[in-house]
Amino acid sequence: MKTIDAFLLEDVPGYFEGDGRDSDVVLASRVRLARNCKEIPFPNRAGENQLAEVQLRVEKRMPGIGQTLGRQFYRLDMEHLSPIQRGVLAAKSFISPKFTQTPQHRVAFISEDERISLLINEEDHLRIQCMAPGFDLATPAALASKIDDLFEAELDVAFDEKMGYLTSCPTNLGTGLRAMVLLHLPGLTATKNLSGIVNLSPQLGLAVRPVWGNGKENAGDLYYISNQLTLGFSEAELLANMKSTVQEILAHEREARKALAMYAKDGLEDDVWRAYGTLRYARSISEQEALRLLSKLRLGVELKLLHETDTHTCHAILTGCQTACLKNLAENENLSKKEIDRCRAKYIRERLGEKN
Amino acid sequence: MLCDDCGRNEAVIHITQIGPDGRVEKNLCEHCASKYGDFFFQPRTGAKDMSVNDFLKGIFSHGDNAPTVSAPKGQPELVCPNCGMRYSDFLQTGKIGCSVCYSTFREQLEPILRRIHGSSTHSGKVPRRSGGTLVLKQQIAQLARKQQEAVAREAYEQAAAYRDQIRALRGQLACEEQKKPAGQAEGSGRA
Repeated sequence: MKTIDAFLLEDVPGYFEGDGRDSDVVLASRVRLARNCKEIPFPNRAGENQLAEVQLRVEKRMPGIGQTLGRQFYRLDMEHLSPIQRGVLAAKSFISPKFTQTPQHRVAFISEDERISLLINEEDHLRIQCMAPGFDLATPAALASKIDDLFEAELDVAFDEKMGYLTSCPTNLGTGLRAMVLLHLPGLTATKNLSGIVNLSPQLGLAVRPVWGNGKENAGDLYYISNQLTLGFSEAELLANMKSTVQEILAHEREARKALAMYAKDGLEDDVWRAYGTLRYARSISEQEALRLLSKLRLGVELKLLHETDTHTCHAILTGCQTACLKNLAENENLSKKEIDRCRAKYIRERLGEKN
Repeated sequence: MLCDDCGRNEAVIHITQIGPDGRVEKNLCEHCASKYGDFFFQPRTGAKDMSVNDFLKGIFSHGDNAPTVSAPKGQPELVCPNCGMRYSDFLQTGKIGCSVCYSTFREQLEPILRRIHGSSTHSGKVPRRSGGTLVLKQQIAQLARKQQEAVAREAYEQAAAYRDQIRALRGQLACEEQKKPAGQAEGSGRA
């Protein structure tokens, strides 16, 4: 097991590692379950003592759960982490930025392989998040359910026969399950076919939203797609609905990429190599620009237009180029924007230089 | 003073942001300020960057169920006995206070749940300890559906097999309910 500092310095989160299915389009999949202790007020309404009580109850189960799963966990107490360290956890999507607003009694347990993240006292008392590389909802769903069973064996979970698992926000009620898939959709973005899918998704009970920015200016062409309904459907139904929709999007994205490669090959190739050139040699680069170019670079790698780098490096840059990670790398909280842009360019140069 | 970001429009919003980058002062026009999201600026029109809870607040307080929300004058407002949350608190925050609130405000919440999810009945996983006899009930309901399907297909032998399974499960359910009357009362709540 690494030290927490070494774990935070890593630029490729564990859930990106390995060969996932459909990884040309889907970067990672995640399933989250929201659970609460019976009768104790939810974190937004709980007092200090009640939050402490929840923390105690959940933490007491951790050694047993670690043993049953055969995994070790990093224990990250938000109160004892620096703002940079919290920022790194959020940049790697292990925690939400909201989790650190009031850090007292907020604790995250992240498994050594970085595919499980358990959050105590986030919006709900316990959030079980399991991740997997590529398009794979079944593995994280099964794992999350297993962890849920292990907690439930000793915790009285808030549950109602009619309304299901009771959660702080009524939008999570029922199964408490939120499945999320991280998609790279440069083809649909370039061929301007994305809005159709975004407009259609609510009818399917799903939401599509860009990871960075709003609909118009979306750096990185990365999108999250997640289920919006949690009540009235079983977990299996929710996941099956999500699976078939994502498969449909996948097919459209691949077609769009094929069309780009066929009808706009020269322009595409030029774009990809220019992106590589800028990322490889720039001396100062903003996060927005880096993400935009990285999207092109990743597309070039997937379409085998360039062999100078690989998907793993793209994953690394995606996380590593974020401000919190750069500050952590530089061990300096007080970098100005210009300094950060220089650090970012240097980091990317080094990362892209490695494979040559 | 002109906006720091676009340098074109008159700055009408002045912000001092204290964050990991230190202290940053910004003078912004309404258009540029809206780009910073709901963090410190809420556009009055449009739902850009609106959080789920903001949105819920909206539907809860403007919906058809609004009249049932405020108790008639002279009557005390409904308050959750466990966490002290009032229904009006929920309308303000869009967040529920505790698990008991769901049974306290069951009547008010049900139409909202139907509006959010299109349903107000759970049909997923059931916890072994706090789930009571729901697993059995769900199994029975599932078998009853299969039985009906079998009848529709005129597969009567199969339907009879389902009927026998249902009968066995009903017996088991009756036993369990007799065994644990106290748990049941707790489960079905203080609505």
